[in-house]
Amino acid sequence: MSVAEEAEARAGGYEQAARQYREMDLLRFTTAGSVDDGKSTLIGRLLYDTKSIFADQLEAIEGATRRRGEEGINLALLTDGLRAEREQNITIDVAYRYFATPRRKFIIADTPGHVQYTRNMVTGASTAELAIVLVDARKGVLTQSRRHGFISSLLRIPHVLVAVNKMDLVDYRQDVYDAIVADYSGFAEKLGVQDLTFIPISALAGDNVVAKSERLGWYNGATLLHHLESVNVGADRNLVDFRFPVQYVIRPHQDFRGFAGRVASGTVTPGEEVVVLPSGVATRVRSVEAFEGPLPRAAEGDSVVVTLADEVDVSRGDMIVRRNNLPTVGSRLDAMLCWIGEQPLDPATPYVIQHTTRSSRAFVSRVVYRIDVDTLHREEAARLEMNDIGRVEVTASVPLFFDAYQGNRATGSFILVDPYTNVTVAAGMIRGPVQTADELFPAAAPGPAAVSPDVVWEGWNVPREEREARNGHGAAVLWFTGLSGAGKTTIAGRVERRLFEAGVQTMLLDGDTLRHGLNGDLGFSPADRAENIRRVGEVARLFFAQGAIVLCTFVSPYREDRARVRALLPEGRFVEIFVHAPLDELRRRDPKGLYARADRGEVANLTGVSAPYEPPEAPEMVLRTDRLSVDEAVDQVLARLRAEGLLPG
Amino acid sequence: MERVTIPPPAQAPPAAPSYRRSHLDQLESESIYLMREVAAQFERPALLFSGGKDSIVMVHLARKAFWPAKFPFPLLHIDTGHNFQEALDFRDRLAARLGCELLVRTVQDSIDRGRVVEETGPHASRNALQTVTLLDALAELRIDAAFGGGRRDEEKARAKERFFSHRDRFGQWDPRNQRPELWNLFNGRRGPGEHFRVFPLSNWTELDVWQYIAREGVDLPSLYFSHRREVFFRDGQWLARSPWVPLLPGEAYEERTVRFRTVGDATCTGAVESTAATVEEIVVEVAAARVTERGTRADDRRSEAAMEDRKRQGYF
Ligand SMILES: Nc1nc2c(ncn2[C@@H]2O[C@H](COP(=O)(O)OP(=O)(O)O)[C@@H](O)[C@H]2O)c(=O)[nH]1
Repeated sequence: MSVAEEAEARAGGYEQAARQYREMDLLRFTTAGSVDDGKSTLIGRLLYDTKSIFADQLEAIEGATRRRGEEGINLALLTDGLRAEREQNITIDVAYRYFATPRRKFIIADTPGHVQYTRNMVTGASTAELAIVLVDARKGVLTQSRRHGFISSLLRIPHVLVAVNKMDLVDYRQDVYDAIVADYSGFAEKLGVQDLTFIPISALAGDNVVAKSERLGWYNGATLLHHLESVNVGADRNLVDFRFPVQYVIRPHQDFRGFAGRVASGTVTPGEEVVVLPSGVATRVRSVEAFEGPLPRAAEGDSVVVTLADEVDVSRGDMIVRRNNLPTVGSRLDAMLCWIGEQPLDPATPYVIQHTTRSSRAFVSRVVYRIDVDTLHREEAARLEMNDIGRVEVTASVPLFFDAYQGNRATGSFILVDPYTNVTVAAGMIRGPVQTADELFPAAAPGPAAVSPDVVWEGWNVPREEREARNGHGAAVLWFTGLSGAGKTTIAGRVERRLFEAGVQTMLLDGDTLRHGLNGDLGFSPADRAENIRRVGEVARLFFAQGAIVLCTFVSPYREDRARVRALLPEGRFVEIFVHAPLDELRRRDPKGLYARADRGEVANLTGVSAPYEPPEAPEMVLRTDRLSVDEAVDQVLARLRAEGLLPG
Repeated sequence: MERVTIPPPAQAPPAAPSYRRSHLDQLESESIYLMREVAAQFERPALLFSGGKDSIVMVHLARKAFWPAKFPFPLLHIDTGHNFQEALDFRDRLAARLGCELLVRTVQDSIDRGRVVEETGPHASRNALQTVTLLDALAELRIDAAFGGGRRDEEKARAKERFFSHRDRFGQWDPRNQRPELWNLFNGRRGPGEHFRVFPLSNWTELDVWQYIAREGVDLPSLYFSHRREVFFRDGQWLARSPWVPLLPGEAYEERTVRFRTVGDATCTGAVESTAATVEEIVVEVAAARVTERGTRADDRRSEAAMEDRKRQGYF
């Protein structure tokens, strides 16, 4: 076809496109291949065959091809960018290309192989919905091809298309193709690639790229372009979990206060109950605004302005979420990290973490392992270097609101920035919170609403250690558990008195005091009991951080609840004391008359009688109050504290 | 009399809302996101306003991004002094209508102050000189982020350009020192004296821009639409008659029906012969175009790597 004919043909196609543009959607895909697999040729072919190359570009390339002493047009030259690369005949960075058919606009993130391969591919893959992995039919599935597959799966690209290229050089033989399909399928299965497609092509000759090839008559599937045009985009969009990271506050005048942002996932409609993180304040969405006027709803990807029913203090970095669908809140992340900085990871550097619209300082507190991207083996590693991928723990200086990357790309991804050079050094994909209490005691986590317990060790202005040094004793939480009347309050009260008189910082928390104020809204259902103990644990944690010996006297009948409080505190600082006496002894004592009333049916849910009590399995101390006097019990507790080094000898 | 309330008939459940979005919706949302990100991350952004359709579309997007507030940055125009009067009038009307701040810095001023030397000869253009005026203006106004209308489809060297393009203290662009952009996390951290160029239209093509102009009913200067004009033919393109470009031997003015695909410096912006008088006709024409938009710019035609060289020096 002559250039003029090309233009004619393109005009026809595009006129149609111009009319249909309202119908067009968008697919972002990435291409990966080893050097010389034919990636540039394929992209050139796609652009050429979809008439996306202008005559002046074509002329320039014809000229360049001639100057290289080659014939015709070298399609690979179309896509290669900077002069330095042209000179070295390599490409060094992700380049973006565009073409469109009447159905769809395409954005290609063209990621070259070579040295910085991993870094480039991760960058290109981060926004892609489809990956084309090129395999040279003559060479079969090489390490590199596996590496591309691995990175695609790591970045959760929903669709992977393996283009078996250079079929012309293997005489278009089906057995060659079939062997590659079998080989790669087995590998991809291990990676959990969701949607895997194979297409035999010749990028150079144009077989099966845009037009179906008779030379590959044994292949019944779609051509490469047809697949790109018809693959179901957006099927992987998360339209369930509403997450709205606030980007910018819009306040033109006193009467309007709107929160601008792009819906990271889920949908939102006016009137819905929402919660603002981190404050936790609940309110409703008053309106969803756009330039065109109020909207009935907004969904993932929409840039809108949200207004709230109540005056709530909201700023950039906060997140608006649905009341009964919260992200994880925490500052310690378990994540896969791809290191892209030239300087290796340094555990002592306070990197800047950018996550949604929130940023703070963060340390990479641990490298759990590194993955050899070629063999996919995990290996021990002290640090990560450029192009390394590994599993790490990241500790941020403020709580972040996140989801696992697997289910939510927008709230599960982050970058790390070097605080000295300001260069982006790592790309992270969150697996979840660093597993502490939740992992150890899965039953203790009351659903996704749980605020990750990790927030505990967060930067107090004056660290506890300094307070302890000044106080001359250690901080601890003594948790007295047991049935009503067992002696918890009496013993704890005496212990506190003795400590106080010895100059120790103390605080005693008991059920009655807290239920009067902070926990006044809670009843005695299992859920309310759990919440009661959770709050007590949090309060105890604060006094603990302040350097006190905190004495808590709560029936606290459920093991999980106590375990949760224990998980809030460092090893050795939670002393669980089981205050115990047999039930008939308690009935005999019955100081508040509760047992008698329960026996008459006047009190429901009395622990030990009509509600369960789960005795501790491995408490630090057991005080049998039917065998000990109060003073003996008190002495035992104090002796234990000295033995633990919490009190001076 | 007792009233009986009849319950309303059970309503058919509303059709599941469609969350599908067209390519233009997605491009628009992405650009708005970028503009807000700049407003949040930078202290003194400005929008480089050339008078061309891309910067007019940027202004339109900026209005949408911050509505109902005004967008929180001024327009900055680097005036070569060789602009089409239509474009200048349009610029002033637009700024007045939106009530936004318009700052103008002129190449003439840079010449008068001896910062640059005027090119001479028949091919003289102030296009290269404006880089100096621009960098001086950014420094003078202490602008830390300047929105540009550059698109990656325009030219090969732009294909690797970032949304957030880092410039060193000398305003220069180093292709090896650009930050990878992952997901939609943009790193705008900078050292003293450094700034960013931000390209909200990076992912748009010329056709997208025109389709969007049509969809949104964006107002454009008359230059973009077919009109009769005195032009002359040079180096394979039509240049407008202007006081700044003397005719060479053998060249002559003639009246033609033309329109401009880009609106820049009149000394190097070529017109194309066209009868497209409405946005819809232009969309069809652009869709069928045989030549890239930049193909009508004499400054890009000087050498294959021209664009890349200018970019390194701090060009738009
Ligand atoms: N015979 C044949 N050669 C091909 C095919 N695709 C690419 N090539 C050639 O393989 C070489 C490398 O291709 P190129 O596109 O530059 O590879 P890249 O490094 O992956 O971008 C070039 O000489 C191409 O002409 C194909 O389908 N068949």
